[in-house]
Amino acid sequence: MQYKSEALKCWDKAKELRDKYYSDYATAHERGGIRWTGGAWSFDAIPYGLGDDVYPLTGEPYAASIAFMKDFSIECLEATEAKGWARDLCSYMRNYWGSMYLNKWAFGGPFPKADFAWQDHICCTHGKWDQHVAEYEKIPYFCIDVSVGPYQDIDEPKLKYVVDQMHEGIEFLEKATGREYDDEKLIQAVNNECRLTSTWAEICLLNKHKPAPLDEKSMYSLYVFGTLSKAKKEFADFYEEIRDEMKDRIERGIAALPEERCRLISDTQPPWAFLKVFRYLEKFGAVSVGSLYTFALVGIWEDKPDGTWGPRTTPAQAGIKIETRDQALRILADWNLSKPEWQHFYDPTIKTRMMKRIYDEWDLDGVMLHLNRGCEGLSCGIMENHYGLTQDDVPVMSFEGNMGDSREFDEARTMDRIDSFMERLDLKKIS
Amino acid sequence: MGCFCSYVPEEILVAGNILPVRVLGSHEPQNVTEPYLFGMYCPFCRDVLAQGLKGRYDYLDGITLSQSCLHIRQSFIAWREHVEVPFNYYIYMPNKVQTKAATPYLKTEFEKYKAHVEEVVGKELTDDDLDRGIAALNRNRELMHKVYEYRKGDTPMLTGLEAMYMTVSGMWVDKDEHSAEMEKVLEQLPDRQMIRDTGTRLLVVGSENDDTAFIDMVESVGATVVVDDHCTGTRWFWNSVETGDDRINSIADRYIKRPPCPTKDWEERWRFPHILQLCKDFNVEGAIVIQQKFCDPHECDIMPLRKTFDEANIPSLFLEFDVTVPIGQFKVRVEAFLEMFGVDDLF
Ligand code: SF4
Ligand code: SF4
Repeated sequence: MQYKSEALKCWDKAKELRDKYYSDYATAHERGGIRWTGGAWSFDAIPYGLGDDVYPLTGEPYAASIAFMKDFSIECLEATEAKGWARDLCSYMRNYWGSMYLNKWAFGGPFPKADFAWQDHICCTHGKWDQHVAEYEKIPYFCIDVSVGPYQDIDEPKLKYVVDQMHEGIEFLEKATGREYDDEKLIQAVNNECRLTSTWAEICLLNKHKPAPLDEKSMYSLYVFGTLSKAKKEFADFYEEIRDEMKDRIERGIAALPEERCRLISDTQPPWAFLKVFRYLEKFGAVSVGSLYTFALVGIWEDKPDGTWGPRTTPAQAGIKIETRDQALRILADWNLSKPEWQHFYDPTIKTRMMKRIYDEWDLDGVMLHLNRGCEGLSCGIMENHYGLTQDDVPVMSFEGNMGDSREFDEARTMDRIDSFMERLDLKKIS
Repeated sequence: MGCFCSYVPEEILVAGNILPVRVLGSHEPQNVTEPYLFGMYCPFCRDVLAQGLKGRYDYLDGITLSQSCLHIRQSFIAWREHVEVPFNYYIYMPNKVQTKAATPYLKTEFEKYKAHVEEVVGKELTDDDLDRGIAALNRNRELMHKVYEYRKGDTPMLTGLEAMYMTVSGMWVDKDEHSAEMEKVLEQLPDRQMIRDTGTRLLVVGSENDDTAFIDMVESVGATVVVDDHCTGTRWFWNSVETGDDRINSIADRYIKRPPCPTKDWEERWRFPHILQLCKDFNVEGAIVIQQKFCDPHECDIMPLRKTFDEANIPSLFLEFDVTVPIGQFKVRVEAFLEMFGVDDLF
């Protein structure tokens, strides 16, 4: 069976928004704005309380962009190694640091120095990444520890620990910038974040449809907004447009892959310099309909009454009006602590269960696990996932690689593994 | 109770008459962990897991993880999943020890742990029990400090190897028995005749290290390890519980304020001034910086730490450890490093 397919209408806007995000950051000072650096999981809603002219640079997606530019990435990695850092450290961090050392911005021009660093910490690398950035750039630094355990065990003391740090963080922001903090702007940002992350889950949910309206490779270009700034209104609005387009594609029977006959999912970051892996799968009629990474790093989910996984109900949808700083921070902390991608930092069996759930609910044929040497955080417990999924009779293919260091990816070997996996799934090349 | 990481509050275990046992590796090559632990994680955590899988800690009634790095966490989880052990417990120890929210939060985590210990031993732990636990640990720590004092003089009264045996055995043996032995040692130390040259006075610092063969080798080529910053050494025993009415709060405060593992040392650096102070107090001439291969927390500190040493005119040698260390190769490097201390500057 051959489905209809067409290019995504939101594509050009996605490109435009992403370019604008990076150029806004680079030129923020020309407009008297503030820029901060940190992580994709930083509580970016909080600095928005400093004003409308606050621009973040989140390290992981910036580093992923570098990794995609293979030659520049090698230059950055080598610059980091030349400073004496170990080659097995987080490859996003090494790309970022390299760009900083070289004083080369991936999009042209010098590396724009941040006004402060604003991070959060769940992986051993987080706190240290920006500690070094802050020392190197001589900027103030604040980092919020969120490693209080899986959401199922969250209680008042755990929530309070995170919220107390957020309050300290606001004091830090006022001191670091000399600006007065505006709680109204924080409240708007928190609502935006909940809307964006819940809408993204809705988009992922729509990919249950057969044929899938979106494939994983395209998803990377869209999920990224939730990593650049999940509390930004413009991005939350854009996700609603994407969701509507997905609904429209489903209604009209538009597929991401016209030959879809096998549905897969992967787990963590892809090897960014080798996204052609996904195109190779298509030769077999196999489409990756997403990954735990794209679904769960940006999307916020909940159990629905029928037992399935669905977008978490936002405070606005639940009729909750946020009125105070403390209430906003508590909602923000609770919302983020339920982030699925944070759960398996504590226990890989949670990731196994989530992947099995996606396998069942999205009606998949198999799972790909990336033994990703570039990320100690998301590879944590990955052998347990392999073991657990196999025990559950899920067909699993694993491949070794590195999301941000192309020197650690064996393309031919990975393609061979895909060939044998496809053979196991009884699939032959279509063309 | 098998303790994964030196952040487990042993006071609470001792209060329950439970023997805390730090789970360490055996330094032997192994092939049993591959199905459970990806090869990009540190050899120490793989060695630890191997011991569980091989049944070498089959006498444990339970295991406890106090949250620190991602690496050792996986050994704990894999142990929990694949080695039969009646009790297991994960303490969500905060990573930001520099926030004022840390002690109150850790207090609640330790209260939950106390309830777990009560369940294990089948009785409630009273304030008297906790006082006994605190006193046993504090006495043990104080005695170790006293022994370390004897390493400060021109002729250190014990070697680095002996000090390592002392601290590591303290992680396994009943605290009171260990303290009693140390008291005997302390009686003998003032009169001890050291029949070896001190040579260059070294600090060893870095990832987990209980490699006695390595320390022995270093001390056989013209050096003495006079102090360390390891989780199997000073980081484990350096500070004591300052007893207050709220025992659990006092214990929590001790673990928040102890010399941190690098994974908990941000935003500011609390480690480096402490390490420099050790160098000063123990009259250190050079430092050996040890890193377990793939140990991200220490890899993130080694560069700035060596820079700190450079600025303080303390030469340092960097060595990367695996499950087994190539003693021959390391010997050549250590000897070359030590040579620089014997040479006077010409200009
Ligand atoms: S989770 Fe992975 S990508 Fe993120 S900081 Fe940790 S190692 Fe780097
Ligand atoms: S701190 Fe380093 S040596 Fe210790 S368990 Fe973690 S990774 Fe291994």
